[in-house]
Amino acid sequence: MNFYERLMQLDRRWIYLGVAIAVTIPVLAPFKVPVYITPEAKAVYEFVENTKPGEIIFLAIDYDPNAMAELHPMARTIMRQSFSRGIRLIISALSQNGPGMAEQLISQISKEYNKKNGMDYVYLGYKPYPGITILAMGQNFRIPFPTDYYGTPLDSLPMMDGVRNYDDVKGIISIVAGNIAEYWINYANGRYKAKVFFGVTGVMTADYYPFLQSGQLLGLLGGLKGASEYERLAKQEGVATEGMSIQTVAHLVVIAFIVVGNIGFFMSKKKKR
Amino acid sequence: MVTDLNTAIWNTLAAFLTFCIFSFLYKDNPFYKIAEHIVVGVSAGYFAVILYWNGLVPKLWNPVVKQGKWYYLIPGLLGLIMWTRFSKKYAWISRFSISFYMGIATGVAVPLYMQNFVIRQLSSTMLPVHFKNSVGFFNLLIIVGVLCALIYFFFSKEHKGAMGSAARVGIWTLMVGFGAGFGLTVMGRVSLLIDRVIFLKNYFTSIFGHIL
Repeated sequence: MNFYERLMQLDRRWIYLGVAIAVTIPVLAPFKVPVYITPEAKAVYEFVENTKPGEIIFLAIDYDPNAMAELHPMARTIMRQSFSRGIRLIISALSQNGPGMAEQLISQISKEYNKKNGMDYVYLGYKPYPGITILAMGQNFRIPFPTDYYGTPLDSLPMMDGVRNYDDVKGIISIVAGNIAEYWINYANGRYKAKVFFGVTGVMTADYYPFLQSGQLLGLLGGLKGASEYERLAKQEGVATEGMSIQTVAHLVVIAFIVVGNIGFFMSKKKKR
Repeated sequence: MVTDLNTAIWNTLAAFLTFCIFSFLYKDNPFYKIAEHIVVGVSAGYFAVILYWNGLVPKLWNPVVKQGKWYYLIPGLLGLIMWTRFSKKYAWISRFSISFYMGIATGVAVPLYMQNFVIRQLSSTMLPVHFKNSVGFFNLLIIVGVLCALIYFFFSKEHKGAMGSAARVGIWTLMVGFGAGFGLTVMGRVSLLIDRVIFLKNYFTSIFGHIL
Protein backbone atom coordinates (compact mmCIF):
# COMPACT_ATOMS: atom_id res chain seq x y z
CA MET A 1 0.00 0.00 0.00
CA ASN A 2 1.57 3.28 -1.11
CA PHE A 3 1.37 6.69 0.59
CA TYR A 4 -1.69 7.89 -1.38
CA GLU A 5 -3.65 4.70 -0.75
CA ARG A 6 -2.86 5.00 2.96
CA LEU A 7 -4.05 8.62 2.78
CA MET A 8 -7.35 7.46 1.29
CA GLN A 9 -7.85 5.03 4.15
CA LEU A 10 -6.96 7.50 6.87
CA ASP A 11 -8.98 6.87 10.02
CA ARG A 12 -11.55 9.68 10.25
CA ARG A 13 -10.70 10.10 13.94
CA TRP A 14 -7.46 11.81 12.88
CA ILE A 15 -9.60 14.38 11.09
CA TYR A 16 -11.70 14.91 14.24
CA LEU A 17 -8.49 15.33 16.24
CA GLY A 18 -7.14 17.82 13.70
CA VAL A 19 -10.32 19.91 13.85
CA ALA A 20 -10.40 19.70 17.67
CA ILE A 21 -6.82 21.00 17.91
CA ALA A 22 -7.53 23.69 15.33
CA VAL A 23 -10.54 24.87 17.28
CA THR A 24 -8.81 24.77 20.67
CA ILE A 25 -5.70 26.80 19.76
CA PRO A 26 -7.51 30.11 18.96
CA VAL A 27 -9.59 29.65 22.12
CA LEU A 28 -6.43 29.52 24.23
CA ALA A 29 -4.56 32.17 22.20
CA PRO A 30 -7.30 34.49 20.90
CA PHE A 31 -6.82 36.81 17.94
CA LYS A 32 -9.15 38.98 15.87
CA VAL A 33 -10.15 38.57 12.24
CA PRO A 34 -11.84 41.23 10.11
CA VAL A 35 -15.57 40.69 9.54
CA TYR A 36 -17.05 41.83 6.23
CA ILE A 37 -20.49 43.38 6.70
CA THR A 38 -23.01 42.14 4.13
CA PRO A 39 -25.86 44.40 2.91
CA GLU A 40 -28.48 41.89 4.14
CA ALA A 41 -27.10 42.01 7.71
CA LYS A 42 -26.89 45.81 7.55
CA ALA A 43 -30.56 45.90 6.48
CA VAL A 44 -31.62 44.19 9.74
CA TYR A 45 -29.43 46.52 11.79
CA GLU A 46 -30.71 49.65 10.03
CA PHE A 47 -34.31 48.54 10.45
CA VAL A 48 -33.86 48.43 14.24
CA GLU A 49 -31.75 51.58 14.21
CA ASN A 50 -34.40 53.51 12.24
CA THR A 51 -37.24 52.40 14.51
CA LYS A 52 -38.23 55.27 16.78
CA PRO A 53 -38.26 54.95 20.59
CA GLY A 54 -41.68 53.76 21.75
CA GLU A 55 -42.44 51.94 18.50
CA ILE A 56 -42.92 48.18 18.57
CA ILE A 57 -40.93 45.42 16.90
CA PHE A 58 -42.14 41.82 16.94
CA LEU A 59 -39.21 39.56 17.86
CA ALA A 60 -39.78 35.86 17.28
CA ILE A 61 -37.35 33.55 19.08
CA ASP A 62 -38.19 30.48 17.03
CA TYR A 63 -35.46 27.99 17.92
CA ASP A 64 -34.63 25.26 20.39
CA PRO A 65 -31.54 25.10 22.60
CA ASN A 66 -29.81 23.00 19.92
CA ALA A 67 -29.51 26.12 17.73
CA MET A 68 -28.44 28.41 20.59
CA ALA A 69 -24.81 28.47 19.47
CA GLU A 70 -25.63 30.30 16.26
CA LEU A 71 -28.84 32.14 17.07
CA HIS A 72 -28.58 33.24 20.69
CA PRO A 73 -25.95 35.92 19.90
CA MET A 74 -28.32 37.41 17.28
CA ALA A 75 -31.34 37.46 19.62
CA ARG A 76 -29.25 38.86 22.47
CA THR A 77 -27.75 41.68 20.37
CA ILE A 78 -31.07 42.66 18.75
CA MET A 79 -32.77 42.71 22.14
CA ARG A 80 -29.99 44.86 23.66
CA GLN A 81 -30.02 47.25 20.70
CA SER A 82 -33.83 47.58 20.92
CA PHE A 83 -33.95 48.14 24.67
CA SER A 84 -31.06 50.59 24.59
CA ARG A 85 -32.98 52.64 21.99
CA GLY A 86 -36.29 52.55 23.90
CA ILE A 87 -37.96 50.29 21.33
CA ARG A 88 -40.70 48.09 22.75
CA LEU A 89 -40.78 44.39 21.91
CA ILE A 90 -43.48 41.78 21.51
CA ILE A 91 -41.69 38.46 21.81
CA SER A 92 -42.90 34.97 20.92
CA ALA A 93 -41.21 31.54 21.02
CA LEU A 94 -42.87 29.22 18.51
CA SER A 95 -40.40 26.33 18.64
CA GLN A 96 -41.53 23.68 21.10
CA ASN A 97 -38.38 23.40 23.21
CA GLY A 98 -37.57 27.11 23.15
CA PRO A 99 -39.95 29.02 25.49
CA GLY A 100 -37.97 28.42 28.70
CA MET A 101 -34.71 29.34 26.99
CA ALA A 102 -36.28 32.49 25.52
CA GLU A 103 -37.69 33.48 28.92
CA GLN A 104 -34.23 33.15 30.47
CA LEU A 105 -32.76 35.46 27.83
CA ILE A 106 -35.58 38.01 28.14
CA SER A 107 -35.36 38.24 31.93
CA GLN A 108 -31.54 38.57 31.78
CA ILE A 109 -31.55 41.39 29.20
CA SER A 110 -34.62 43.22 30.55
CA LYS A 111 -32.86 43.38 33.94
CA GLU A 112 -29.72 44.86 32.29
CA TYR A 113 -31.81 47.72 30.86
CA ASN A 114 -34.34 47.93 33.70
CA LYS A 115 -37.24 47.16 31.36
CA LYS A 116 -40.65 46.16 32.72
CA ASN A 117 -42.85 43.33 31.49
CA GLY A 118 -46.11 44.68 30.07
CA MET A 119 -44.69 48.20 29.71
CA ASP A 120 -41.53 47.81 27.64
CA TYR A 121 -41.97 44.28 26.40
CA VAL A 122 -44.54 41.51 26.26
CA TYR A 123 -43.55 37.87 26.18
CA LEU A 124 -46.29 35.80 24.52
CA GLY A 125 -44.56 32.43 24.88
CA TYR A 126 -45.44 29.32 22.90
CA LYS A 127 -48.52 27.91 21.19
CA PRO A 128 -48.56 24.69 19.19
CA TYR A 129 -48.74 24.73 15.37
CA PRO A 130 -46.63 27.75 14.41
CA GLY A 131 -48.32 28.18 11.00
CA ILE A 132 -51.79 28.55 12.50
CA THR A 133 -50.43 30.75 15.31
CA ILE A 134 -48.72 33.11 12.84
CA LEU A 135 -51.85 33.25 10.68
CA ALA A 136 -54.08 33.97 13.70
CA MET A 137 -51.74 36.71 15.00
CA GLY A 138 -52.32 38.51 11.70
CA GLN A 139 -55.93 39.01 12.81
CA ASN A 140 -55.30 39.65 16.46
CA PHE A 141 -52.49 38.67 18.84
CA ARG A 142 -55.22 37.81 21.36
CA ILE A 143 -56.60 34.91 19.30
CA PRO A 144 -53.66 32.53 19.83
CA PHE A 145 -52.43 34.36 22.95
CA PRO A 146 -55.31 35.55 25.15
CA THR A 147 -52.72 35.71 27.94
CA ASP A 148 -48.98 36.26 27.95
CA TYR A 149 -46.40 33.61 28.99
CA TYR A 150 -46.97 34.43 32.66
CA GLY A 151 -50.79 34.05 32.44
CA THR A 152 -51.65 37.79 32.45
CA PRO A 153 -54.46 38.69 29.98
CA LEU A 154 -53.05 40.74 27.08
CA ASP A 155 -55.85 43.31 27.51
CA SER A 156 -54.59 44.14 30.99
CA LEU A 157 -51.03 44.90 29.79
CA PRO A 158 -50.53 48.66 29.16
CA MET A 159 -48.18 48.02 26.22
CA MET A 160 -50.86 46.07 24.35
CA ASP A 161 -53.38 48.90 24.53
CA GLY A 162 -54.38 49.58 20.92
CA VAL A 163 -52.04 46.91 19.61
CA ARG A 164 -54.06 44.40 17.60
CA ASN A 165 -51.96 42.67 14.94
CA TYR A 166 -48.98 42.98 12.58
CA ASP A 167 -50.30 46.36 11.34
CA ASP A 168 -49.44 47.80 14.75
CA VAL A 169 -45.80 46.68 14.78
CA LYS A 170 -42.98 48.19 12.74
CA GLY A 171 -41.84 44.78 11.50
CA ILE A 172 -41.04 41.21 12.43
CA ILE A 173 -37.58 39.84 13.14
CA SER A 174 -37.65 36.07 13.39
CA ILE A 175 -34.55 34.38 14.73
CA VAL A 176 -35.41 30.98 13.42
CA ALA A 177 -34.26 27.38 13.01
CA GLY A 178 -36.39 25.00 10.93
CA ASN A 179 -39.49 25.32 8.83
CA ILE A 180 -41.17 28.00 11.00
CA ALA A 181 -39.31 30.40 8.68
CA GLU A 182 -41.54 29.34 5.80
CA TYR A 183 -44.66 30.21 7.80
CA TRP A 184 -43.42 33.73 8.46
CA ILE A 185 -42.82 34.25 4.74
CA ASN A 186 -46.04 32.58 3.67
CA TYR A 187 -48.46 33.97 6.23
CA ALA A 188 -47.01 37.08 7.87
CA ASN A 189 -45.50 38.50 4.68
CA GLY A 190 -47.57 36.74 2.01
CA ARG A 191 -50.98 37.08 3.64
CA TYR A 192 -50.61 40.19 5.82
CA LYS A 193 -47.79 42.04 3.98
CA ALA A 194 -45.76 42.42 7.19
CA LYS A 195 -42.11 43.42 6.90
CA VAL A 196 -40.11 40.28 7.73
CA PHE A 197 -36.42 39.98 8.62
CA PHE A 198 -34.64 36.71 9.44
CA GLY A 199 -31.74 35.46 11.49
CA VAL A 200 -31.21 31.83 10.47
CA THR A 201 -28.78 28.97 11.11
CA GLY A 202 -25.87 28.45 8.74
CA VAL A 203 -27.52 25.35 7.27
CA MET A 204 -30.62 27.36 6.30
CA THR A 205 -28.91 30.47 4.97
CA ALA A 206 -28.55 29.48 1.29
CA ASP A 207 -32.23 28.48 1.13
CA TYR A 208 -33.44 31.95 2.09
CA TYR A 209 -31.40 34.12 -0.27
CA PRO A 210 -34.00 33.75 -3.07
CA PHE A 211 -36.60 35.32 -0.73
CA LEU A 212 -34.26 38.21 -0.12
CA GLN A 213 -33.93 38.75 -3.86
CA SER A 214 -37.71 38.57 -4.35
CA GLY A 215 -38.28 41.16 -1.61
CA GLN A 216 -40.25 38.76 0.61
CA LEU A 217 -37.46 39.12 3.16
CA LEU A 218 -35.96 42.53 3.86
CA GLY A 219 -32.85 41.42 5.75
CA LEU A 220 -30.99 38.24 6.61
CA LEU A 221 -28.44 37.18 9.21
CA GLY A 222 -26.82 33.85 8.33
CA GLY A 223 -25.32 31.67 11.06
CA LEU A 224 -22.53 32.69 13.41
CA LYS A 225 -21.03 34.90 10.69
CA GLY A 226 -24.30 36.87 10.48
CA ALA A 227 -24.35 37.13 14.27
CA SER A 228 -20.78 38.44 14.32
CA GLU A 229 -21.67 41.02 11.66
CA TYR A 230 -24.57 42.18 13.79
CA GLU A 231 -22.45 42.33 16.94
CA ARG A 232 -19.93 44.47 15.11
CA LEU A 233 -22.61 46.80 13.67
CA ALA A 234 -24.24 47.20 17.08
CA LYS A 235 -20.82 47.63 18.74
CA GLN A 236 -21.59 44.80 21.14
CA GLU A 237 -18.83 42.33 20.37
CA GLY A 238 -19.46 39.01 22.11
CA VAL A 239 -19.44 35.27 21.57
CA ALA A 240 -20.04 35.43 17.80
CA THR A 241 -17.13 37.83 17.25
CA GLU A 242 -14.92 35.65 19.47
CA GLY A 243 -16.03 32.63 17.41
CA MET A 244 -14.97 34.13 14.05
CA SER A 245 -11.23 33.60 14.61
CA ILE A 246 -11.89 30.00 15.66
CA GLN A 247 -14.19 29.53 12.66
CA THR A 248 -11.48 30.83 10.31
CA VAL A 249 -8.89 28.35 11.61
CA ALA A 250 -11.40 25.47 11.55
CA HIS A 251 -12.37 26.29 7.96
CA LEU A 252 -8.72 26.39 6.90
CA VAL A 253 -8.22 22.93 8.42
CA VAL A 254 -11.36 21.59 6.68
CA ILE A 255 -10.15 23.06 3.35
CA ALA A 256 -6.71 21.49 3.91
CA PHE A 257 -8.30 18.09 4.53
CA ILE A 258 -10.44 18.45 1.37
CA VAL A 259 -7.33 19.33 -0.71
CA VAL A 260 -5.28 16.47 0.78
CA GLY A 261 -8.20 14.05 0.31
CA ASN A 262 -8.54 15.04 -3.35
CA ILE A 263 -4.80 14.72 -3.98
CA GLY A 264 -4.90 11.26 -2.41
CA PHE A 265 -7.94 10.29 -4.52
CA PHE A 266 -6.52 11.41 -7.86
CA MET A 267 -3.00 10.16 -7.22
CA SER A 268 -4.14 6.68 -6.10
CA LYS A 269 -6.39 6.54 -9.21
CA LYS A 270 -3.42 7.48 -11.40
CA LYS A 271 -1.24 4.79 -9.81
CA LYS A 272 -3.90 2.13 -10.46
CA ARG A 273 -3.92 3.04 -14.17
CA MET B 1 -22.74 31.76 47.21
CA VAL B 2 -25.57 29.22 46.99
CA THR B 3 -26.33 30.41 43.45
CA ASP B 4 -22.66 30.10 42.53
CA LEU B 5 -22.54 26.56 43.86
CA ASN B 6 -25.72 25.70 41.97
CA THR B 7 -24.28 27.16 38.77
CA ALA B 8 -21.03 25.27 39.30
CA ILE B 9 -22.89 21.97 39.78
CA TRP B 10 -25.06 22.47 36.69
CA ASN B 11 -22.06 23.59 34.61
CA THR B 12 -20.10 20.53 35.77
CA LEU B 13 -22.96 18.33 34.64
CA ALA B 14 -23.13 20.19 31.31
CA ALA B 15 -19.36 19.81 30.82
CA PHE B 16 -19.55 16.10 31.67
CA LEU B 17 -22.41 15.57 29.19
CA THR B 18 -20.50 17.52 26.52
CA PHE B 19 -17.55 15.13 26.91
CA CYS B 20 -19.96 12.17 26.87
CA ILE B 21 -21.33 13.32 23.49
CA PHE B 22 -17.86 14.03 22.07
CA SER B 23 -16.69 10.55 23.15
CA PHE B 24 -18.79 9.17 20.26
CA LEU B 25 -16.20 10.61 17.85
CA TYR B 26 -13.77 7.97 19.13
CA LYS B 27 -16.33 5.18 19.20
CA ASP B 28 -19.81 4.35 20.47
CA ASN B 29 -19.82 3.84 24.25
CA PRO B 30 -22.16 3.77 27.29
CA PHE B 31 -21.38 7.40 28.26
CA TYR B 32 -22.53 8.60 24.85
CA LYS B 33 -25.66 6.44 25.11
CA ILE B 34 -26.51 7.93 28.54
CA ALA B 35 -26.12 11.50 27.25
CA GLU B 36 -28.12 10.70 24.12
CA HIS B 37 -30.98 9.19 26.12
CA ILE B 38 -31.00 12.18 28.49
CA VAL B 39 -31.35 14.57 25.53
CA VAL B 40 -34.20 12.57 24.01
CA GLY B 41 -35.96 12.06 27.35
CA VAL B 42 -35.67 15.67 28.51
CA SER B 43 -36.81 17.03 25.12
CA ALA B 44 -39.83 14.71 24.99
CA GLY B 45 -40.77 15.39 28.62
CA TYR B 46 -40.39 19.16 28.23
CA PHE B 47 -42.46 19.15 25.04
CA ALA B 48 -45.22 17.07 26.66
CA VAL B 49 -45.52 19.52 29.58
CA ILE B 50 -45.38 22.59 27.30
CA LEU B 51 -48.04 21.09 25.04
CA TYR B 52 -50.27 20.28 28.01
CA TRP B 53 -50.11 23.80 29.50
CA ASN B 54 -50.13 25.72 26.20
CA GLY B 55 -52.48 23.53 24.18
CA LEU B 56 -54.74 21.24 26.13
CA VAL B 57 -55.45 23.46 29.16
CA PRO B 58 -56.10 26.85 27.47
CA LYS B 59 -57.62 25.44 24.27
CA LEU B 60 -59.80 22.63 25.63
CA TRP B 61 -60.00 22.32 29.43
CA ASN B 62 -60.55 26.01 30.26
CA PRO B 63 -63.12 26.74 27.52
CA VAL B 64 -65.16 23.61 28.35
CA VAL B 65 -64.89 23.51 32.17
CA LYS B 66 -64.47 27.19 33.11
CA GLN B 67 -66.31 28.98 30.30
CA GLY B 68 -68.95 26.35 29.49
CA LYS B 69 -68.16 26.35 25.77
CA TRP B 70 -69.31 22.77 25.19
CA TYR B 71 -68.80 22.96 21.39
CA TYR B 72 -65.03 22.85 22.05
CA LEU B 73 -65.60 19.15 22.76
CA ILE B 74 -66.07 18.57 19.00
CA PRO B 75 -62.44 19.38 18.07
CA GLY B 76 -61.48 17.65 21.34
CA LEU B 77 -63.23 14.50 20.13
CA LEU B 78 -61.56 14.80 16.71
CA GLY B 79 -58.21 14.93 18.50
CA LEU B 80 -59.10 11.99 20.69
CA ILE B 81 -60.05 9.70 17.81
CA MET B 82 -56.59 10.23 16.30
CA TRP B 83 -55.44 7.74 18.95
CA THR B 84 -57.40 4.97 17.22
CA ARG B 85 -54.40 4.79 14.83
CA PHE B 86 -52.91 2.39 17.35
CA SER B 87 -55.74 -0.13 16.86
CA LYS B 88 -55.86 -2.18 13.65
CA LYS B 89 -59.61 -2.64 14.05
CA TYR B 90 -60.57 0.98 14.70
CA ALA B 91 -57.80 2.85 12.84
CA TRP B 92 -60.32 3.88 10.14
CA ILE B 93 -62.06 6.22 12.61
CA SER B 94 -58.98 8.48 12.67
CA ARG B 95 -59.56 9.26 8.98
CA PHE B 96 -62.30 11.71 9.98
CA SER B 97 -59.77 13.83 11.90
CA ILE B 98 -57.12 13.47 9.23
CA SER B 99 -59.49 14.47 6.41
CA PHE B 100 -60.71 17.46 8.47
CA TYR B 101 -57.13 18.55 9.13
CA MET B 102 -56.05 17.93 5.52
CA GLY B 103 -58.99 19.94 4.22
CA ILE B 104 -58.18 22.96 6.36
CA ALA B 105 -54.42 22.73 5.82
CA THR B 106 -54.83 22.41 2.05
CA GLY B 107 -57.32 25.26 1.83
CA VAL B 108 -55.13 27.59 3.86
CA ALA B 109 -51.73 26.60 2.52
CA VAL B 110 -52.08 25.77 -1.20
CA PRO B 111 -53.11 29.20 -2.58
CA LEU B 112 -50.57 31.01 -0.39
CA TYR B 113 -47.79 28.54 -1.19
CA MET B 114 -48.48 28.91 -4.92
CA GLN B 115 -48.44 32.68 -4.57
CA ASN B 116 -45.39 33.03 -2.31
CA PHE B 117 -43.18 30.09 -3.21
CA VAL B 118 -43.88 29.71 -6.94
CA ILE B 119 -45.34 32.87 -8.51
CA ARG B 120 -43.31 35.37 -6.47
CA GLN B 121 -40.12 33.37 -7.14
CA LEU B 122 -40.92 33.19 -10.86
CA SER B 123 -41.59 36.90 -11.08
CA SER B 124 -38.37 37.69 -9.23
CA THR B 125 -36.48 35.78 -11.94
CA MET B 126 -37.86 38.12 -14.63
CA LEU B 127 -35.07 40.64 -14.35
CA PRO B 128 -33.83 43.39 -16.68
CA VAL B 129 -30.76 42.35 -18.64
CA HIS B 130 -28.25 45.01 -19.66
CA PHE B 131 -24.51 45.55 -19.70
CA LYS B 132 -24.34 49.03 -18.20
CA ASN B 133 -23.09 47.63 -14.90
CA SER B 134 -22.51 44.32 -13.09
CA VAL B 135 -26.17 44.10 -11.94
CA GLY B 136 -27.42 43.56 -15.50
CA PHE B 137 -24.81 40.85 -16.07
CA PHE B 138 -25.68 39.06 -12.80
CA ASN B 139 -29.37 39.24 -13.76
CA LEU B 140 -28.50 37.46 -17.00
CA LEU B 141 -26.57 34.86 -14.98
CA ILE B 142 -29.62 34.25 -12.77
CA ILE B 143 -31.97 33.89 -15.75
CA VAL B 144 -29.65 31.51 -17.62
CA GLY B 145 -28.95 29.51 -14.43
CA VAL B 146 -32.66 29.09 -13.60
CA LEU B 147 -33.65 28.13 -17.16
CA CYS B 148 -30.78 25.62 -17.52
CA ALA B 149 -31.49 24.09 -14.09
CA LEU B 150 -35.14 23.64 -15.14
CA ILE B 151 -34.01 22.05 -18.44
CA TYR B 152 -31.90 19.56 -16.43
CA PHE B 153 -35.15 18.32 -14.81
CA PHE B 154 -36.97 18.05 -18.16
CA PHE B 155 -36.87 14.33 -18.91
CA SER B 156 -39.23 14.08 -21.89
CA LYS B 157 -36.43 14.82 -24.35
CA GLU B 158 -32.98 13.24 -24.41
CA HIS B 159 -30.23 15.53 -23.09
CA LYS B 160 -28.30 15.78 -26.39
CA GLY B 161 -27.11 18.71 -28.51
CA ALA B 162 -28.34 22.14 -27.35
CA MET B 163 -30.57 20.46 -24.78
CA GLY B 164 -27.57 18.53 -23.41
CA SER B 165 -25.41 21.67 -23.22
CA ALA B 166 -28.16 23.56 -21.40
CA ALA B 167 -28.64 20.63 -18.99
CA ARG B 168 -24.87 20.63 -18.35
CA VAL B 169 -24.99 24.35 -17.50
CA GLY B 170 -28.01 23.50 -15.33
CA ILE B 171 -26.13 20.88 -13.34
CA TRP B 172 -23.23 23.29 -12.84
CA THR B 173 -25.72 25.84 -11.51
CA LEU B 174 -27.10 23.22 -9.14
CA MET B 175 -23.56 22.31 -8.05
CA VAL B 176 -22.84 25.95 -7.20
CA GLY B 177 -26.03 25.96 -5.09
CA PHE B 178 -25.08 22.70 -3.36
CA GLY B 179 -21.56 24.04 -2.76
CA ALA B 180 -22.92 27.16 -1.07
CA GLY B 181 -25.25 24.98 1.00
CA PHE B 182 -22.39 22.64 1.97
CA GLY B 183 -20.08 25.50 2.92
CA LEU B 184 -22.75 27.06 5.10
CA THR B 185 -23.53 23.65 6.65
CA VAL B 186 -19.85 23.24 7.58
CA MET B 187 -19.95 26.74 9.09
CA GLY B 188 -23.06 25.81 11.08
CA ARG B 189 -21.59 22.58 12.42
CA VAL B 190 -18.29 24.22 13.31
CA SER B 191 -20.28 26.93 15.13
CA LEU B 192 -21.83 24.27 17.36
CA LEU B 193 -18.35 22.95 18.17
CA ILE B 194 -17.08 26.49 18.83
CA ASP B 195 -19.93 27.09 21.27
CA ARG B 196 -19.06 23.95 23.23
CA VAL B 197 -15.31 24.72 23.22
CA ILE B 198 -15.94 28.28 24.49
CA PHE B 199 -18.29 26.86 27.13
CA LEU B 200 -15.62 24.38 28.27
CA LYS B 201 -12.97 27.12 28.35
CA ASN B 202 -15.22 29.33 30.50
CA TYR B 203 -16.10 26.36 32.70
CA PHE B 204 -12.49 25.37 33.35
CA THR B 205 -11.52 29.02 33.88
CA SER B 206 -14.31 29.44 36.46
CA ILE B 207 -13.35 26.23 38.28
CA PHE B 208 -9.56 26.24 38.04
CA GLY B 209 -8.91 29.88 37.09
CA HIS B 210 -7.72 30.82 40.56
CA ILE B 211 -5.29 27.88 40.64
CA LEU B 212 -3.80 28.49 37.16
